[in-house]
Amino acid sequence: MSAIYILWLRQVKRYVRSRPRIIASLGQPLLFLLALGFGFGPIFQRAGQGNYIQFLAPGVIGMTILFTAIFSGIELIWDRQFGFLKETLVAPVPRIVIMLGRTLGGATVAMIQGCIVILICFAAGFRVTNFSSLPYAVLVMILIAVMFTALGTAVASVLSDFQGFQFVMNFLVMPIFFLSGALFPLTNLPKLLEIAANIDPLSYGVDGLRSSLIGLQHFGLALDMFVLSVIAAVLLALGGYLFSRIQL
Amino acid sequence: MIRVTNLIKKYGDFTAVNDISFEVAAGEIFAFLGPNGAGKTTTIKILTTLLKPTSGQVELDGLNPAVQHNEARKRFGIVFQDPSLDDELTAYENMDFHGVLYKVPAKIRAERIERLLTLFELWDRRNDPVKQFSGGMKRRLEIARGLLHTPRIVFLDEPTLGLDPQTRNQLWSHVQKLNQEEGVTVFMTTHYMEEAERVAQRIAIIDHGKIVAQGSAEQLKMQTGATTLEQAFLSLTGSTIRQEDANSLDQMRNMARMFRGNRR
Repeated sequence: MSAIYILWLRQVKRYVRSRPRIIASLGQPLLFLLALGFGFGPIFQRAGQGNYIQFLAPGVIGMTILFTAIFSGIELIWDRQFGFLKETLVAPVPRIVIMLGRTLGGATVAMIQGCIVILICFAAGFRVTNFSSLPYAVLVMILIAVMFTALGTAVASVLSDFQGFQFVMNFLVMPIFFLSGALFPLTNLPKLLEIAANIDPLSYGVDGLRSSLIGLQHFGLALDMFVLSVIAAVLLALGGYLFSRIQL
Repeated sequence: MIRVTNLIKKYGDFTAVNDISFEVAAGEIFAFLGPNGAGKTTTIKILTTLLKPTSGQVELDGLNPAVQHNEARKRFGIVFQDPSLDDELTAYENMDFHGVLYKVPAKIRAERIERLLTLFELWDRRNDPVKQFSGGMKRRLEIARGLLHTPRIVFLDEPTLGLDPQTRNQLWSHVQKLNQEEGVTVFMTTHYMEEAERVAQRIAIIDHGKIVAQGSAEQLKMQTGATTLEQAFLSLTGSTIRQEDANSLDQMRNMARMFRGNRR
């Protein structure tokens, strides 16, 4: 337990101390919210779908958590390159404990980023319509954060340097974001896109956030929670397995 | 304390460690000398559970590090060839992190951290982030950290690389003192012959993954008819320069060094 705590604390301390990183990582959600939110707002309204900022904000929150979580996981490559990973790997602590501590730390960082973005969304005019289901929103955020930190750790366990990083961005992170329904409603889509959205785990995260924050749902909150929990568990197991196989 | 029998480590076709055997007695300072790429670091990685051997037996204080990882890990402290500190954390936090991972009880942890940081003259800087430290300070911190959980064996993989003579001298004095006062077994590698001669009771010379000679510095000199250990070393390993390709890790470090303005 204390090992998990100290690993968690390290991730959080590193985050809190890197203020430039905090500010830089808020640029992207801000841009999406302002450019897309206000840019597509009028068209969205004319198409009879209502306020686009309301629709987009949960997607942007999901995006922030996705990116921060994956990067927190992938930070493992950094630790490997700069040697700190060795210090944890020779410690008399089971690998799975190290992986869990790291993942919880990364997920916490992603949660903090997500909460900051919620505040930004409020400033941009986003309003929560259903305060009683706010705890569900928090739960969904935690699940998204854990799921993608574990995915980042799994990916980083098999990459030994940053060469593959671009590949991961373009073929994993970007598709997860763009196909998730964060930017558009998942109804009446072309078949191919619909299939892609249905197998994208973030779709369920964004849908969970929408149904709990503004009462708009596609899959339904119960299904969202179920899918997110299952995938989070699977990715944790996969990340733990791949991490335990690392040899230096 | 350490017993290695017929150890082999292969990476595909390349044999990094080719059937080596040696023993290190409890309380001894044992040095591994060899040119670049001879297999020194690979051997240390196998002894410290970071790599699995292809074949052969390894015994660490009676334990098999390939199977009894966690028991074996409690017994040794290690200073790696390349840095392994968290630059964003302070010196104290790096020590504390280590102490918690090794389950050193809080009270003893605080006492030992203070004692070790004082011993290595870092106590005044304990609350500064490690990224502000010089190469020598980082090295001292790593050694202090490696000793925090009172290991019975200490591995030092080229600990004096890139340090000035003052720091090197001081470092070896500390190591000898620890060895004499607490009976810690020391397994070290180095490129500096005079260091090996000064501190190590026994030396093994390794080349192309094989041990070509072992014994005290005197024995090695006698065996080769050389007057200095360096001559003995060269006559055993030849004078061709070893080509080592920079791997992606080194390239990455070079990049980082450029960005940070070459602090280490």
